[in-house]
Amino acid sequence: MISPIQQTWAFFYRDWQLTRRYWSWVVVFTFYALVSAATVAFIGVAANDPRLTLTLTAGALLWTFLSVLFNEIAMSIAFERWEGTLEYTFMAPVSRLIHLMGVSLYALTYSLFRVVCVLAGLTLVIDLPFHWSQLPGLALVLLVSSVAFVGLGLIAAILPVMSPERGAEATNILQGVLLLISGVYYPVSVLPGWMQKIAWFSPATYALRASRRLLGLEGGGPATLAGILPDLLRLLLLGAILAPFGLWVFHKAEHWAKRNGKLKRTG
Amino acid sequence: MSRVSIRVNNLKKVFRKRSSLFRGRITEEWALKGVSLEVASGEAYALLGPNGSGKSTLIRILSTLLLQDGGTVEIEGRRLPGDERRVREIVGRVSVDAAFYKKLSAKENLLYSAFLYGYHREEAERRAREILEQLGFPVRRFHDPLEEMSRGMQQKIAIARALLVNPPVLLLDEPTTGLDPKSKRDVQVFLERLRERRRTTILLTSHDMAEAERLCERIGLLAGGSLVAEGTAGELRRKAGCDNLDDVFIRLTGEKLVDEKKETVEKT
Repeated sequence: MISPIQQTWAFFYRDWQLTRRYWSWVVVFTFYALVSAATVAFIGVAANDPRLTLTLTAGALLWTFLSVLFNEIAMSIAFERWEGTLEYTFMAPVSRLIHLMGVSLYALTYSLFRVVCVLAGLTLVIDLPFHWSQLPGLALVLLVSSVAFVGLGLIAAILPVMSPERGAEATNILQGVLLLISGVYYPVSVLPGWMQKIAWFSPATYALRASRRLLGLEGGGPATLAGILPDLLRLLLLGAILAPFGLWVFHKAEHWAKRNGKLKRTG
Repeated sequence: MSRVSIRVNNLKKVFRKRSSLFRGRITEEWALKGVSLEVASGEAYALLGPNGSGKSTLIRILSTLLLQDGGTVEIEGRRLPGDERRVREIVGRVSVDAAFYKKLSAKENLLYSAFLYGYHREEAERRAREILEQLGFPVRRFHDPLEEMSRGMQQKIAIARALLVNPPVLLLDEPTTGLDPKSKRDVQVFLERLRERRRTTILLTSHDMAEAERLCERIGLLAGGSLVAEGTAGELRRKAGCDNLDDVFIRLTGEKLVDEKKETVEKT
């Protein structure tokens, strides 16, 4: 019996080595994320509105985390198809659960690293009006929301299995839709009614709302953990639905790909 | 025949394509039309056939990367479909296209593979170096990224990856195609030694008659998704009434082993 921990480590090890080899791209992407977040936050500074600055900064940081997490998982299969290694991963005696868990764990670690870098960079250029004591609560929101985002990432990861090029394109569109509907830089209430209904299904909506409540941006001062409990429960519920659903959809897509000979190298 | 290691029974595979996304006509292309063969434990069996004859499809089904549309496969008593996970534990595969993370070194690629099969770092690294040395790979390049290596070197690492975990069954899908003569010989000598030492069961696909005769006890001729003849090289020669194995193939299948039109295009 092969140890599932060791197999999980295999994916973590592989992704860490790839990050090391592509370190210059990691620097570029982190720098770009920092510049994007700072650009958005300066809108609040220009308006001389600390509340707006904090709203925009919280949105930028949360989106940095969730988008990287989603993208790393969603594109992991596309990347393997481009390299041609997907067949070797799929013929190893590893359950799909362990495989995707390994990929997700690394994605989670990498996303945390990116968000910490962006936050550190932002504190150098902007006087952020928040207390460091609020960070543990925000970190909890990130971790709870990550389960649902892993599920979304798994659902998106099947797209490159089915069609390598179109799948990668669709993944980017899905990410864009999440950015639009989840109210990253504005309250969801400003969206058209039909978009607000779609926003109910996005975990980012609840993660953002919980973060803003913790920071006291939703009125009535900073909320306690008990105050954001309903949003945390919604996130957990979404995670409990999306993660197993993502895994199930992935199994179905893998079966389809093996039936139709779609695991071969492309690109 | 001694104990059967690989048993393929009436294996069928069809690929369906739709001519356009909406209301398109579905066309069917049969890659395997009921292939049956048996490979004994420790035997080396060559499958010869031109491009599109179904060789790689058969190897992919045996590697659990494709689902068949009919028939059964049994590898070391484990059935497909059904025992995919247990089959994966005992099968190593080398394909014509050495697929790796090209930015990673040989060591990193091989360690990743070894971890998936439950090997520890020290043991995996020791075995990898040992196999690569036997293959004539310059071990000083163990830490270099694969993108800086020749195709021959990459193919040797692909063989090391398949053998790292000691699989009792080895599926070799045109492992020497496109290699220079020196690398080709290194790989062939290594496979001969491997068979002498470990009695690994080998299913090899190739376009190369001489390679098949050198490495394998029996040869199966695959054409248009059907196994049209099998036997030792001598038996096939007698059956076809020719001395040259390339002529044997043409006589028994009505096809040429290498698609000359394609070869000409590739050369130009």
